[in-house]
Amino acid sequence: MTTILKTNKLNKVYRLGGLFNRIRIDALDDVNLTIESDEPVIISIVGESGSGKTTLAKVLLRLVKPTSGSAHVYDRLIVGEGEKPSNREFFSSIQPIFQNPFEAFSSYRTVDAYLFETAVRVAKLSKTDAVDAMAEALRLVGLDYRDVRGKYPNQFSGGELQRVSVARALIPHPDIIIADEPVSMIDASLRMNVINLFLSLKEEFRRSFLYITHDLATAYYISDYIGVMYRGCIVEFGDARTILADPKHPYTQLLLDSIPEIGRKWDAERTAMSDIEAKEYQYTGCRFRNRCPISEDKCKAERPAATRTTDGRDIYCHFA
Amino acid sequence: MIRLNNVVATYTTVRGQVNAVDGVTLTIPDGKIVGVAGESGCGKTTLMKVIYGDLIYPLALRQGSVDYEIDSMNGKQITTRNIKDYWFKHISYIPQSSMSSLNPVVRICTQFVDFLPAGQRTNNTLEEIRAYVQSLDLPPEAIDAYPHQLSGGMRQRIMVAMGTFFKPEIILADEPTTALDVVVQKGILLLLMDIQAKMNNTIILVSHDMGVHYQITHKMLIMYAAKVVEFGDSDDVFASPRHPYTRMLIESLPTIGDDRMHTGIAGRPPSLWEDLRGCRFAPRCPLATELCRAEEPAFLELKPEHFVACHYAEKAFQNR
Repeated sequence: MTTILKTNKLNKVYRLGGLFNRIRIDALDDVNLTIESDEPVIISIVGESGSGKTTLAKVLLRLVKPTSGSAHVYDRLIVGEGEKPSNREFFSSIQPIFQNPFEAFSSYRTVDAYLFETAVRVAKLSKTDAVDAMAEALRLVGLDYRDVRGKYPNQFSGGELQRVSVARALIPHPDIIIADEPVSMIDASLRMNVINLFLSLKEEFRRSFLYITHDLATAYYISDYIGVMYRGCIVEFGDARTILADPKHPYTQLLLDSIPEIGRKWDAERTAMSDIEAKEYQYTGCRFRNRCPISEDKCKAERPAATRTTDGRDIYCHFA
Repeated sequence: MIRLNNVVATYTTVRGQVNAVDGVTLTIPDGKIVGVAGESGCGKTTLMKVIYGDLIYPLALRQGSVDYEIDSMNGKQITTRNIKDYWFKHISYIPQSSMSSLNPVVRICTQFVDFLPAGQRTNNTLEEIRAYVQSLDLPPEAIDAYPHQLSGGMRQRIMVAMGTFFKPEIILADEPTTALDVVVQKGILLLLMDIQAKMNNTIILVSHDMGVHYQITHKMLIMYAAKVVEFGDSDDVFASPRHPYTRMLIESLPTIGDDRMHTGIAGRPPSLWEDLRGCRFAPRCPLATELCRAEEPAFLELKPEHFVACHYAEKAFQNR
C-alpha cells in the first residue's frame, strides 16, 4: 500500500506581537494523519479561517518549514529529519493550486508562459514537447490551447483561470495536487465545474488531491477522506461519507449545521461565535471548549488525544 | 418602499459606454429582506450603488429614476438627487470585503465614533457604541483593537455593527459574507436577520450563493447580464422557480447527503459590449427557441407580486 500522506507530530509555531503583547500561535499543533491506499484518493481538510489548514498546505508544499515533526507524501519523506527529494523531484510529484488565480498569475505575463515554464523546468521537456504537453493539459481541463495562447490573466474569468491553474499543475504528471481553497473565489453556481474536474482527474487520470476548503458541501461531493481542523488541531478524521453522514465531534456538527442549504432552514438559535483568534489559540486543554455545547472541566485541563472509533475514524474529544 | 423606474446605469470607459444595469423597473417593499442573486458581472453591485445613490463618475444614472418612501421622513420627496443627505442615518451600505475598509492605523473605537457628525457626539457616545457592539455578541476588546489584530470575520461583524448603529430604514449589504467560512457566515446572516426583525427595516442582500438567500430572504431578485429576470417571494422562487436561469442557479449547488451528479452552469454571460438582441440568456438556455433569440422577453407579473422575464415562464414551471 502506498502512503499517500502521513504526518507525524507536525508542529508549526508562529510568534507575533499583538493584542496581548508577545503571543504564540500554534498554527499546527501535533497534527497526525495517515492515509494509505493503492488507489488515488481525494483528501479534504476542512476548517474555519484560522484553523491551520492553509499552514498545513504550505508545510506540505515546503513553502514553510515546520517547527518540528515530519511528513511523507507518496512514500517520500518531504519534511523532517532525513534525506529529502530535490526541488525538481519534489515538484514532479507534488503540485499546488492556490485560492486566487488572479494573484497566482502575474498580470504582466501571458498565462501560457507559466505553462511553458512548468513544462520545460519541472517536467524537463524539450520546447516542442512542451507545447504538446501544454495542449494536452489544457484539453484535460476542457480548454483549447488556441483559446489560451497569448492571453493575459485579465482576459479570463475566475473559473477559467483556475482551470488554467489546474492545467499547469497537471503538466509534470504529479502524483498529488494540493489545492488550497481552489473554488472559494468562484461564484457558487460555477464551483461544481471545477470540482467535477477534480473528480474526473482522480478517476480517469489517477491523480490524488489534497483539497483544502471550508465548504463542506463540495468536500462531501468528492472526498474519500476528510480531516476537520480547529485552531491548529485535528478534531475528527476518517472516511468522508461516514463523518459527514454522522459527525461525532461537536465542532464538525457545528460546521455542518452552518452550511446554508436549500431545503433545510437554519435553527434560528444563535451559534456560539468565536472569541478573538489569538485568545483561542492560547486556551489550555481543548481549544474548542469555549464554544462547545458539551464541554466540562476536564476539557479546560486536558487536551483530548485521538480516540479510534469502531467505524474507523479518529476523534479528538473527551465526551463525544 | 423603493421604486425603481426604468433604471439604466452606465459606466463610461475608455472603450465607450456600457449599461451595467439596463432597464430595471420594480418596487422593493418595506420591512423585508430582499436577496439579489446572479453571477459575477450581472449588475448586482451597480444596482446597489444606484439604490444607495453612490453615483460618481464613471458611473451615472443615464435613464430612469429611483424614488424612496421613508416613513420617518414624513412624505418628503427623496430621490437619487438627495438620498446622499440620508446616508448612515436612514440608509447604510456594507460593501464587499468591507473588512478591508477600516483604516489600518486607527483603533476601531475611534473609527466608529468618527461616523457620527461632530454635533451629535456626546460623552456617552463611546459607551453607547460599546453597549451596542456587546449586544451583538462581539467580544468587548474588539473595539479597542486595531483592524489587523482581528480576523476577517471579526472585522466584518464590526462593519455590520457600524452599518446598523443608527438603525437605518434601509441597509444594503453587498456580499457581506463572501470569503468568510460557513460558521462566521451563519453568525453574520443571523445577526442581520435579528436586526431586521427588531427594527423592521429593509435589508437588500447581494450574494451569488443561493443557499444564503434561501436561509434569510423574504423576497428574491435574480439578475442576469444587466437585467432582472425574476422577482418574487423567496418561498415561491425556491419552490417553483419560473425562469430557467433561476432553476439552474438553484440546482448548481451540491448538498450533503445528495449523491446526484451536479453540474455548474456551462458557458458564460454575454459581453455587454456586444449588440445584444433577444433574450440575453438564450445562448445558455436549454429551452431557447428562435423567438428567444429574436425578441427580448418582457418583465411580466405572472402572478401577484411575482415577475418573470421569459417567453416560456409557464412552460419552465410545468417541465420540472
